[in-house]
Amino acid sequence: MDTCIKKIRALAADLLDKGEVERVIGFAKGTIPMATSPIAIGSKQEIEKLVFNSTCGLNLANFVTKQKGKTAIIAKGCDSRNIVTHIVENQIKRDEIYIIGVPCTGMVDKFKIASLFKDEITQFEEAGDTLTVSSLSQTQTLNKQDYLRENCSLCTHRNPVLYDVLAADLVEEQVLENPFPDVDRIEALDPDARWEHFENLTKNCIRCYACRNACPICYCPTCFVDEAGPQWVGKGQNKTDVDTFHFLRAFHCAGRCTDCGACVEACPMGINVRDFTRKLNKDTLEMFGWEAGLDLTKRPPLDAYSPQDPNDFIK
Amino acid sequence: MGNLLEHMGVERDRVHFSWISSAEATKFVDVVREISEKVRALGPNKKFVKDYN
Repeated sequence: MDTCIKKIRALAADLLDKGEVERVIGFAKGTIPMATSPIAIGSKQEIEKLVFNSTCGLNLANFVTKQKGKTAIIAKGCDSRNIVTHIVENQIKRDEIYIIGVPCTGMVDKFKIASLFKDEITQFEEAGDTLTVSSLSQTQTLNKQDYLRENCSLCTHRNPVLYDVLAADLVEEQVLENPFPDVDRIEALDPDARWEHFENLTKNCIRCYACRNACPICYCPTCFVDEAGPQWVGKGQNKTDVDTFHFLRAFHCAGRCTDCGACVEACPMGINVRDFTRKLNKDTLEMFGWEAGLDLTKRPPLDAYSPQDPNDFIK
Repeated sequence: MGNLLEHMGVERDRVHFSWISSAEATKFVDVVREISEKVRALGPNKKFVKDYN
């Protein structure tokens, strides 16, 4: 995957050179090892700042809206699905963006890698599927496929669904026998154990809203948690308020979430926020045969009415 | 929504959805009676309850 950065830089330089786009949104090296941050490049001189590797776990579709002039974006499979969602939801027009598609082989789980080390990680290198991670006391060689984020290991849309140009050859899509083993594990529990699972999941939440801010589909001008009149939910650390935030945010994502994992990537407390949204992804797939962001011509299921919609929940 | 609540451990019989016209008095009575019975059988709710103290 690291080899495609040359192609990305060449394509981006060409676009900026010809004046076809105002900016290129991509990833830049982070300030600490094993991290990247989003960046907007406006001139050819900055092109070397662009990087692409297995730590680019955020979703760049979050940054393409409300820009003046045409924007180019580096898009993995999930980013491209969120661009499709943006277009369907009228957040951006197709001709306002130029999509540099990057077929993806998954991003790494930074918490999982960090847990292998007693001290801080100082270096992270990758070559193909081999990761070389060092701390001050030791160096470990890891197989990337063993350290993928859970959403990446369960991903069935690694190739961009919409693009103007590709920065690498398409990769083979995974075929999964069961795409929702994580949801099934929770569903198998009894109601009290499920409640306990979610209570434990959110107990470290500090209400920083990094999950919401990293989420490309959380673009409401005023989020329900920030609203003061009426105040829908308490703003403190009260457990019920914390749970209400997570529950409602997840429900707002029903039928729109692409399971890009940006929420989990952004969480400083290592909370698997996806435990909420995954259930809704499973439900929309089972009830509506729907996966978000695959088709420019279809509205999300909760946004459209069909006489065939399941309605056994209502009396 | 009912599914996600159930997934989080809120009992299925705790939350009910219905569409009742203002002209459907008997349906209203039936639905309320059914809900009351089901919720009473579950006992007091301990989940998603805010403690103000």
